[in-house]
Amino acid sequence: MNRAARSLTTLVALAPLGGCAALKLGVMNAAGPVAQAQWDLYTTVAIVLIFVGGPVLVLVPIIAWHYRRANTESAFRPDWNFAWPLELLIWIPPTAIVVGLGIVLWQSAHRLDPYRAIALSRSPVIVQAVALDWKWLFIYPDAHIATINRLPVPAGHPVRIELTSGTVMQSLLVPQLAGQVYAMAGMRTQLNFAASRPGVYRGENTQYNGEGFARQKFDVVALPPADYQRWVRRMQHQARPFDAAAYAALFERATIPAPVMYSAVPDGLFGRIVDRSRLPAAQAQR
Amino acid sequence: MTGAALLGRLGWQSLAFVRAWQDPSLNTLIAAGAAALVVIGAVAVVALITLRGQWRRLWREWFTSLDHKKIGIMYVALSFVMLARALAEAVLMRLQQATAINAPGVVDAEHFAQLFSTHGTIMIFFMAMPFLTGLINYVLPLQIGARDVSFPLLNAISLWLTAAAAGLMMASLVVGRFSTGGWSGYPPFTETGFSPGVGPDYWIWAVTLGSIGSTLTGLNFATTIYKKRCTGMTVMRMPLFVWTSLCTSILMIFSMPALTVATALLALDRYLGFHFFTNALGGNMMNYANLFWLFGHPEVYVLILPAFGIYSEVVSTFSTKELYGYASLAIATIAIAVLSFTVWVHHFFTMGQSANINAVFGIATMAIGVPTGVKIYNWIWTMFRGEVRFTVPLLYALAFMMTFVLGGLTGIILAFPPLDYLVHNTLFLVAHFHNMLIPGLLYGLLAGYHYWFPKAFGFRLDERWGRVSFACWVVGFYLAFMPLYVLGAAGMARRSSEVLEPAFRPWLLVAGAGALVLAAALAALFVQLWVSVRHRRANVVPAGDPWDGRALEWSVSAPPPEYNFAVLPHVAGRDPFHDAKRKGTAYAEPVRYAPIEMPRNSAVGPILGALGGWAAFALVWQIWWLAAATVIGMIATVIARSFVRDVERTIPAETVARIERDWHETLARSAPTTRDFETTAINRGLAQVLA
Ligand code: HEM
Ligand SMILES: [Cu+2]
Repeated sequence: MNRAARSLTTLVALAPLGGCAALKLGVMNAAGPVAQAQWDLYTTVAIVLIFVGGPVLVLVPIIAWHYRRANTESAFRPDWNFAWPLELLIWIPPTAIVVGLGIVLWQSAHRLDPYRAIALSRSPVIVQAVALDWKWLFIYPDAHIATINRLPVPAGHPVRIELTSGTVMQSLLVPQLAGQVYAMAGMRTQLNFAASRPGVYRGENTQYNGEGFARQKFDVVALPPADYQRWVRRMQHQARPFDAAAYAALFERATIPAPVMYSAVPDGLFGRIVDRSRLPAAQAQR
Repeated sequence: MTGAALLGRLGWQSLAFVRAWQDPSLNTLIAAGAAALVVIGAVAVVALITLRGQWRRLWREWFTSLDHKKIGIMYVALSFVMLARALAEAVLMRLQQATAINAPGVVDAEHFAQLFSTHGTIMIFFMAMPFLTGLINYVLPLQIGARDVSFPLLNAISLWLTAAAAGLMMASLVVGRFSTGGWSGYPPFTETGFSPGVGPDYWIWAVTLGSIGSTLTGLNFATTIYKKRCTGMTVMRMPLFVWTSLCTSILMIFSMPALTVATALLALDRYLGFHFFTNALGGNMMNYANLFWLFGHPEVYVLILPAFGIYSEVVSTFSTKELYGYASLAIATIAIAVLSFTVWVHHFFTMGQSANINAVFGIATMAIGVPTGVKIYNWIWTMFRGEVRFTVPLLYALAFMMTFVLGGLTGIILAFPPLDYLVHNTLFLVAHFHNMLIPGLLYGLLAGYHYWFPKAFGFRLDERWGRVSFACWVVGFYLAFMPLYVLGAAGMARRSSEVLEPAFRPWLLVAGAGALVLAAALAALFVQLWVSVRHRRANVVPAGDPWDGRALEWSVSAPPPEYNFAVLPHVAGRDPFHDAKRKGTAYAEPVRYAPIEMPRNSAVGPILGALGGWAAFALVWQIWWLAAATVIGMIATVIARSFVRDVERTIPAETVARIERDWHETLARSAPTTRDFETTAINRGLAQVLA
């Protein structure tokens, strides 16, 4: 009995722990200014929502139980069907809350617009992300390097990602750093964020795009700026040059087992991929 | 003729059984097992009907019937079959995610994708739509004091087109594979470049047939409400269920065509090489997203509004009280219907449009919360100062109010674009829409099923099994979906056939257990039906008013006569039958009976359905001769029908008189029941009225 009770207690105590492990991967454990602001917004909205949902959650069981048929003490007015004070009470406060939340919404939608550059004193890093089946290509145009399924960034610097797709529509999400934006063929979208501390953050495609979808994950690796610079230089010298074969391999529908790095990435690769899907299939192979 | 000309793309490989034979694995065996279930089920039903010699009767009394009540019952029966399949698929998906954590799981990625695509498509188009259409069909004419809908033949055609589309969904289990593009079928993934097989074609034609059926249904219901209300039933005296049916019909009329256009353009892309939504040559999938959700968001309210109407009826009846705030409920319903066309962009806040656009649509989305909240308070104030009886329908209403509000709150979170960016396309979204649809749709339809079943079949459903099933639906829902909020907040993408993150395991296990409880809920529902049919003699309510009802449908026998009302009623208030009972004018026998004209049976419905189904099948497999033949057959049927002049049948006054006298004798023999015994065998459907 005692042992059973104890193991039950451990189980009950461990269950939320297991849960916390999951939540650590999400926005609750924000690692950058955008995700942090989103989390703050989330808690603000959640607090307001307690007052929106609370009355219903309290009133439904109380009223249903109090006015149960078996309770002969409660009032019974079968013809009562309207009261102006109640009516105003159920229309006006909810409207007022929506107006209030609407103002918050308007401001937050602009403040946290994914296109809005992050206001940090350090220089921004520009990355071009290409959604592929079933992997992500990240091009660093200034350094002429590229990676597949790994996105190293310098911590504390703003990051601007420009997105497109080399295939169907996809969506890039790094829950601990920022929300998602779609990547669509022939079009460019943008996502701005920053990592405030070094660490490894999970990124993924959230828009179903075929068999390899569940494995289309990547790590955002936020490095201290000096380490980041070292990494860039190392890649420029050591990574495989990006050649025609590498380009062709991008469009194979396959998952890749481990991240890949490229050097000598030609100028205009991103633009070429954007244009590629505007052309008929035959010309697009170039 | 070559094989390709004869059979199009069909081949042995198309059969699930052949694939399982050639490459036996758990995955292909599950597929073959499902296919076998379809085949065995169909063969068993056919064999049973043949053995019992029931074909003629079924054909005469059901398949060719234009009676709105029978059509309604057939719709609901169809939706239960489809619910069973879609729920089984849901359980399989939950099982997959609970086991495939850095492990293979039970099905492969492609199969999993078919599962979420069929589950979503079936639940929306072939479970929810037929269920609500069936209930409206059954109840609407009775509530407005009419003998049928405005266009009875069109009604049958809608039913059979829907049934054909559902049949096509079933066929896709046996022959070929279904789409992997989800219930929304987003291109360019569903274009031939990325999905060359027949899957998206199955989806396109099933959804197209279904959406045509629904458009016609919407037209039919709206016309019926405009034109066929009995004398005295002004708009502001219509029962709330009629109000919500009207708004739903209007939404169907305006939103379904957007879907039909979207799928038609996608079909042009796939069949004729057009480029509406392809990547190349100027195609743009953003147009599809707009068209689809221009349908998709109003569709949510098409699904939910009828349930709101049901809750209004149920809460009022089982609180023994007038509905609180009738006018504000009606206004709120209209407001919801209008606003539902102004929010579709919230389904793709993440498409990169400007912050202004997102903010406007986000605020519009929150605004819908106001009339929705008003409705919930109206139901609360309806119970206030009432005498609440905790029957199964009322329990569903209570569970709905408590649960739906949570879904509404997460909906407000999703309406904030910056928060949507984080949880869009994750399990948070999946949790949110199930949190709206299960209480806001499924519970409502089940409440309606329990509420009106005695009216339709003349006996009550077993109360005990009803409670068991109710408890399972509620417990199962919380177990299966609350963990998904956590997983979504942690960033787990929806539609994942594999999980690479061990931290998700405990939550996925709980969700899996919840799915099993939900399966038990459906099983309990079937047991309930079985038990109730077996014990029907003890639970008959021939007098027709088992719940001390308020609207006109309760003023006739259970089951009602074919013509509904021997004499069309006159009403002078909002709860006409309730008032009549109090005034002692209910059940008055008319001085004399007149002959009644009813529509004659017609085979046009089943013929068009069968031809439409085969046409769709032929298009899927590109069997052109069959497609041409069936489409010509459909046109010919319609032309032939337009020459039929003798479409009415007269029920002689004597027959009416005999049926009515029998019923009045039953009434005279029945002892009035107080509400304390309404769920016992004492209840014969005559309510004791305390003046
Ligand atoms: C009754 C129990 C139900 C269970 C256990 C269930 C479970 C599921 C699961 C596991 C998924 C896939 C989630 C994912 O993408 O990872 C799903 C998707 C979905 N479900 Fe349900 N569901 C249920 C009822 C319903 C109902 C009543 C409806 C609608 C009327 C519905 C509509 C949908 C839709 C539209 C999708 C999305 C399909 C897609 O991704 O395209 N479900 N459900
Ligand atoms: Cu919506």
